[in-house]
Amino acid sequence: MSIFEYNGSALVAMVGKNCFAIASDRRLGVQLQTIATDFQRIHKIHDKLYIGLSGLATDVQTLYQRLVFRHKLYQLREERDMKPETFASVVSAILYEKRFGPYLCQPVIAGLGDDDKPFICTMDSIGAKELAKDFVVAGTAAESLYGACESMYKPDMESDELFETVSQALLASVDRDCLSGWGGHVFVVTPTEVIEKTLKGRMD
Amino acid sequence: MAKSVIDVPPKGGFSFDLCRRNEMLSEKGVKPPSFRKTGTTIVGLVFQDGVILGADTRATEGPIVCDKNCEKIHYMAPNIYCCGAGTAADTEAVTDMVSSQLQLHRYATGRESRVITALTLLKSHLFSYQGYVSAALVLGGVDFTGPHLHTIYPHGSTDTLPFATMGSGSLAAMAIFESKYREGLTRDEGIKLVSEAICSGIFNDLGSGSNVDVCVITKGCTEYLRNHKLPNPRTYVSSRGYSFTKGQTEVLSTKITPLKKNKVEVVEGDAMEE
Repeated sequence: MSIFEYNGSALVAMVGKNCFAIASDRRLGVQLQTIATDFQRIHKIHDKLYIGLSGLATDVQTLYQRLVFRHKLYQLREERDMKPETFASVVSAILYEKRFGPYLCQPVIAGLGDDDKPFICTMDSIGAKELAKDFVVAGTAAESLYGACESMYKPDMESDELFETVSQALLASVDRDCLSGWGGHVFVVTPTEVIEKTLKGRMD
Repeated sequence: MAKSVIDVPPKGGFSFDLCRRNEMLSEKGVKPPSFRKTGTTIVGLVFQDGVILGADTRATEGPIVCDKNCEKIHYMAPNIYCCGAGTAADTEAVTDMVSSQLQLHRYATGRESRVITALTLLKSHLFSYQGYVSAALVLGGVDFTGPHLHTIYPHGSTDTLPFATMGSGSLAAMAIFESKYREGLTRDEGIKLVSEAICSGIFNDLGSGSNVDVCVITKGCTEYLRNHKLPNPRTYVSSRGYSFTKGQTEVLSTKITPLKKNKVEVVEGDAMEE
């Protein structure tokens, strides 16, 4: 059994027209037993930058705390928020630093950069960045998510349509994965507002 | 007073503090994670005016393609580029690091970087990690001594060659080179040969795929032809696509947070007095 299948997770981020959506499942399990149905995998770094972390839950929380610390330090020194591309490089460096004893996490980073241009990126557990222009996925349901997103994605979707697409892709994929599911948590971020919704999914 | 562990930004290099925990996990029967690899076909050849590098664009995570259009030709210096195969994080990190070292060296010496400098920096780093930094590279560039092409293996050994291939598709690409390479190729012939070799890797090797990237380096000029050839277009797209009506997904709760526009206040200070 792989270490990533210990807790189970599903994460997806998708780009729309001047907006992005990032979604996760809500299950926290210990192998096949579910111990929580409201686990938060997506965290806010600043108003326009979110990071979702999949993989071993303890490393998810530790890594999130380290990243928030680094960002707060950056905010104090530079008196501004970090750009998403910069943040992705910071995460990549922190993960690569532990190349031979890695954090057992795969991050998905989504943010609005300069001119509110959406930016998404994912990495493997040692920091190899993958910048995509359409969608990125991570977690135990990743293979199903690749398939669902590949067929459902359309370029330049508005925020309503993007929300529907990302939710349908997530719910369809986690239904095919035992280790993730129990609802969904979606953030859709546009230049003017952040819409956070919890989804009703199959509770099995 | 209790010793507090502060997470200060480190001085650089690798940190091994999670190794013990990860080893404990693998003793308990938990498999370590697989890293993103670039299955890859990377090639380089020397033509009459310089060097041409080529690479495919597929990144894999086990049997799954995780990136259909990744960049495997990394910038080292304005006149030196490096293709990378192996573990993606290692090739990116090692080429980024040596690129920064070359920049510092250029500032210190005031001269254009030499390919042999990049070669020595890369091989000594890889050798010192005894092959654990799994990066197989094809390094090419033109400096004042002429065009150079080298291959670097993960353990730190290097070769200097007129044409080279690395990666899982290297045999397919080398077959094309061995039959069609000759000295003194022109630019167009060289690009055509490199594209053919990469296509051979794309179609015959499962670890390589998608598009062909080409980089032509000559004295004083470098051209990076990203996605020079796209032999694998997506042909199964439904023209209608999926469309979901608003409200189709069942939502339990909604929270909308408006974002305030950040107004940057520029405060004019008083002019300094002499």
